[in-house]
Amino acid sequence: MTQGRLCVLGIETSCDETAVALVDGNGRILAERVASQTVEHAPYGGVVPEIAARAHVQHLDSLIAEVVGEAGVPLSDIDAVAATAGPGLIGGLLVGLSTAKAIAVALAKPLIAVNHLEGHALSARLVAEAPFPFLLLLISGGHCQLQLVTGVGRYRRLGTTIDDAAGEAFDKTAILLGLGYPGGPAIERAARDGDPTAHALPRPMRGRDGADFSFSGLKTAVRHLRERVPDSRVEDVAAGFQAAVIDVLVDRTRNALAMARAEAPALGHLVVAGGVAANQAIGGALADLAAGEGLDLVVPPPRLCTDNGVMIAWAGIERLRLGLTDGLDAPARARWPLDPDATPAPFAGIKA
Amino acid sequence: MTTVTGDCALDDQAATAALARRLAVVLRPGDVVALTGPLGAGKTTFARFLIQALGVAEEVPSPTFNLVLDYDTAQGEVRHFDLFRLADADEAWELGIEDAFAEAIVLIEWPERIAGLLPGERLDLTLTPGADETARRAAWCGYGARGERLAAALAGP
Repeated sequence: MTQGRLCVLGIETSCDETAVALVDGNGRILAERVASQTVEHAPYGGVVPEIAARAHVQHLDSLIAEVVGEAGVPLSDIDAVAATAGPGLIGGLLVGLSTAKAIAVALAKPLIAVNHLEGHALSARLVAEAPFPFLLLLISGGHCQLQLVTGVGRYRRLGTTIDDAAGEAFDKTAILLGLGYPGGPAIERAARDGDPTAHALPRPMRGRDGADFSFSGLKTAVRHLRERVPDSRVEDVAAGFQAAVIDVLVDRTRNALAMARAEAPALGHLVVAGGVAANQAIGGALADLAAGEGLDLVVPPPRLCTDNGVMIAWAGIERLRLGLTDGLDAPARARWPLDPDATPAPFAGIKA
Repeated sequence: MTTVTGDCALDDQAATAALARRLAVVLRPGDVVALTGPLGAGKTTFARFLIQALGVAEEVPSPTFNLVLDYDTAQGEVRHFDLFRLADADEAWELGIEDAFAEAIVLIEWPERIAGLLPGERLDLTLTPGADETARRAAWCGYGARGERLAAALAGP
């Protein structure tokens, strides 16, 4: 069989989304479905996010049937089944992984237990040239990390958040500003009409050694600013917040790049993944950084940056090609660092 | 049920860390600490100081996205819940919160999401913003024997 005809089913159930996709070895998406519980809702404002296993159970079987039907590829013709095994909510992970195991057993196909973060990391290689080694900036609702990626399954963590993830900072700041949910697009919209220099906001961690992040203090600074200057314009505060996040992301990424190049001088690509990568102001700043550093920037399209089944199927293909399949005893893991040897990021009462 | 209340000013993060250390020393499985306060009040920061005082060397990130994060410590398992994203109290059961109450040291942010389901014996700790960005005020109420023990630890020697 040629690589191009490889076909892998991917299942993603690690958090709020139930997602399924069928992808081939050429990176062609044969079919995909995402049952999202967050898009239409305002969970932070009081609508129930379908976070628990029950919602995944309700959706998963029909999503698989729809994907297989639309692709016109019977399950018996797939080459492997890949599912997110972590990190994430254990209940949801068990639903997806158990379903994948059942399919693997019933059809005698290999199982691939995919790390959700590796799904994000490798998704760049589905849409563009992103040869190893590359520097990965993963910025999402639950994660904020810089990783040197030297191969499939080969990661070195250069930095991580010591408190809030970047997307979480956007969501919570949007609530403080009364901008609603999801916070990323709401802040980006408001910031367009704001003056980022109207108020001084901190740049947590900027200028420090290393590549760790901290966003909790920035959120607190926004709250304090609103109390201190009640007539501050929401647009100005949103613009100031976004500018602070951008400065921190650029500063930390630049440090990580120096660290990565010391280990992998051939590094030529910067990959930005995760839902926050859809922010155009952030994308623009990182494009400038990449250009200045002589790097090619790869940002997968937004539908591949938010949680999806395509990236899990693609990670399955990458792993299958290397013979990296898993036994039926592969566990679901709430915590599963890409780099298990990473030194813990220090927290010493970081002051914003 | 008996209650014990107390409060103190926290001038900076060092004071917050010291308060967390006083509580950490006496925690044991079955203890429930409910952390309340507005966004940015320092609930997660307090929880982080507390978990690190229990000897955890790895990062203690915000549990908002994942809803619950677990830590193994010499004093027992710690489960750090953040119910911010929860609107329906029933969903807490699917997170295993009942088992956690029985067998772990439980820290809960946004406990008001499941107000009626909290164990009677517990410690409520409220953080409110102070005059500057690092100053806070802490107020607590311990309910029942367990809560009294925890409140006494917070009050200090």
